[in-house]
Amino acid sequence: MKYLHLIVKNLLRKKFRTFLTIGSFIVALFLFGLLNTIETAFNQVDLAGANRLVIRNKVSIIQPLPYSYRDQLKQIDGVDEVTYFVWFGGIYQDRKNFFPNFGVDPETALLVYPEYLIPDDQFEAFKSDRQGCIVGRDLVKRFGWKIGDRVPLEGTIWGGTWEFNVRAIYDVASKDMSSNEFWFHYDYLEERRPFFKGTVGWYGLTIDDPGQAVQVAEAIDNRFANSPWETKTETEKAFLTGWANQMGNIKLLILSIGAVVFFTLLLVTGNTMAISVRERTGEFAVLKTVGFTDRAVLSLIIAESICVAAVGGAIGLILAKAFTLRGDPTGGMLSVFNLPTSDIVTGFVLALTVGLVSGIIPGSYAMRMKVVDALRRV
Amino acid sequence: MTVAIPVTYNIRSVLVRWSSTLVTVLSIAGTVGVFIVMLAMAQGFRATLSSSGSNQNAIVIRGGAGSEMESALTLDQVKVIGDSPGVAHAEDGTPIVSGEVVVIANFPLSASGTDANVQVRGVSPFALEVRRNVRIVEGRFLKPGLTELVVGKNASTTYEGFELGSAVQFGGGTWTVVGIFEAGGSAFDSELWCDATVLNQVYKRPENIFQSTTAHLESPESFQQFKDAVTADPRLTVDVYREKAYYEQQSQFIQTLIRVLGAMVAFVMAVGAVFAALNTMYSAVAARSREIATLRALGFGAPAVMSSFLVEAILIALTGGVLGCLVALPFNGFTTGTMNWQTFSHLAFAFRVTPGILVAGLIFSVMMGVVGGLPPAVRAARLPVVVALREL
Repeated sequence: MKYLHLIVKNLLRKKFRTFLTIGSFIVALFLFGLLNTIETAFNQVDLAGANRLVIRNKVSIIQPLPYSYRDQLKQIDGVDEVTYFVWFGGIYQDRKNFFPNFGVDPETALLVYPEYLIPDDQFEAFKSDRQGCIVGRDLVKRFGWKIGDRVPLEGTIWGGTWEFNVRAIYDVASKDMSSNEFWFHYDYLEERRPFFKGTVGWYGLTIDDPGQAVQVAEAIDNRFANSPWETKTETEKAFLTGWANQMGNIKLLILSIGAVVFFTLLLVTGNTMAISVRERTGEFAVLKTVGFTDRAVLSLIIAESICVAAVGGAIGLILAKAFTLRGDPTGGMLSVFNLPTSDIVTGFVLALTVGLVSGIIPGSYAMRMKVVDALRRV
Repeated sequence: MTVAIPVTYNIRSVLVRWSSTLVTVLSIAGTVGVFIVMLAMAQGFRATLSSSGSNQNAIVIRGGAGSEMESALTLDQVKVIGDSPGVAHAEDGTPIVSGEVVVIANFPLSASGTDANVQVRGVSPFALEVRRNVRIVEGRFLKPGLTELVVGKNASTTYEGFELGSAVQFGGGTWTVVGIFEAGGSAFDSELWCDATVLNQVYKRPENIFQSTTAHLESPESFQQFKDAVTADPRLTVDVYREKAYYEQQSQFIQTLIRVLGAMVAFVMAVGAVFAALNTMYSAVAARSREIATLRALGFGAPAVMSSFLVEAILIALTGGVLGCLVALPFNGFTTGTMNWQTFSHLAFAFRVTPGILVAGLIFSVMMGVVGGLPPAVRAARLPVVVALREL
């Protein structure tokens, strides 16, 4: 610590170069934050409840399942609560304003999905209004809705205009989760839609013991095997992984970009440190002459490099975080736009590592050089 | 005053400081590479969907439905559409239209083993007459009334179990693959085709309900006539699109997504690369102060020195740009798949590195060179000659 003054002085000598090197770190870590944010948006798999199963028609998700399965599902061993959804596909004003909207069962939806946080009085108001709907906080922000508003959706599967009253707003427990869904009464949909009556889109259920997920899923699929409506039961995680895999290998793409950038950054800083050490060869020789050990010289150089990395990395990550707080730049195409804290920590550690590595090479050169040779050099 | 410093001087000095030059070249190459790959991806996705549609075809779906998936048309309506003016007719006088049913079935991706939504299209016997860009490359076309499948070329490689002659289970029926077709890299290449009526039965859908009707027109100019007639017909409440426009509109979501994210990432990387260029060029100017002063003393003017350094920066950047293009080039034709959110189905598409994109990448690299090279070049030109000459 007593050399801190020396380190700072050295860094401030060529202010513009230090600024550029810090700048490189800022850019790289900002990019790191951005890429991780995008990756999180595409990869909602980790948020799946371990004790939840999703049951869909074996043929495909767009084929419905009978409503009557609900009571039969409840009788299967290990099944706790059962709820169901219908994809409505309604459009608010313009096709670009896409958000998922479902018909839900007000009695059971929250028992299976407790992470949707709704104030009790609002939820009661929703339950008692047949045309009521629950909307996510993100949607409220996007469209400026408030409790009591009347919201029309244009049906795409079941045509015509459907009107809803905003009765409740839900929040989510985690920032990594989106709140852009629109829930309304299944009964309201059921009484007006001309076809697919008596069916639901898919079931979601909780099980008593997450360890038994595979067995329960098998029991359910066996129960409905050879019926006109065969089922496919998966854990929520497997279900979401399936969707994520279909998005293509975004993760690989992002990791490769990240690798390219980090490799470049390592070169840039390593190169800058090398230039700066070479220029100061004489000074280091003087330091050694006045009694600094080889090791002390090495640590000085490494400390300088880590210092730059820490400052640049911190600023870059803070900027990235601030950027994500401004909201999704694609205008609602990504359901979540948030940089998780764990990624910030990873990024900072990576920055320090790059700082360390890029300090070691010129540092060991300075450590090994002979004082006599160095002093003689012009 | 007007004498320019020869470019060989720049090339030789660049080679002397090869390590820091290399860093700049690599960082610009990386940036340009990412920039090109992103554009190639967006371009490939667009090309896949837009090549699916023909200007001489019109697609009719129910009014208000955004895609075939949400639409429904009755057999009567399909017939009315077929009898409308502007529709091309076969030699025996039947209109060349295809009433189609589109559903999704799940098949495991060969790559990951997880299920993907595959679009299954039930077609009429006229499907090949309507879609002239579709050719059977192996086996034969399906026969009406049988549970036979013809499979798109991309679908046959993307999912497991679609060899010619193999039996495929889905939707409560067993289907035989009788043919493989090629559709010029369009969205149809990711589809399975079968008989529309059979598909309705197997999927337990109401009989004689179709989702879309595609009509082959007498000529691309007949579209307006056809559209006017169909929209004016009181028996129909439908939307009519040129097939090409319909598919282009489907590509918008993913295209915007790729472009916005790609532009963001490329911009941030560009800032980083400019920093690297600035760093290299400033070091170059600092290390060569004496040389610069000597040049000035020899009679080269300040503008000559400035343009010399700028040329050097642009050369470095351009080398990086060319390298980036070379790195990105192998991505041309690289086929990957993604979810098409308009149809909920998995769609294979190939990256397209077009000459236009490569040129854009090179221009991008030159811009980085100018931004990163100009301030150091100005400094070099302003260097006080006497002080610099005296410097060690």
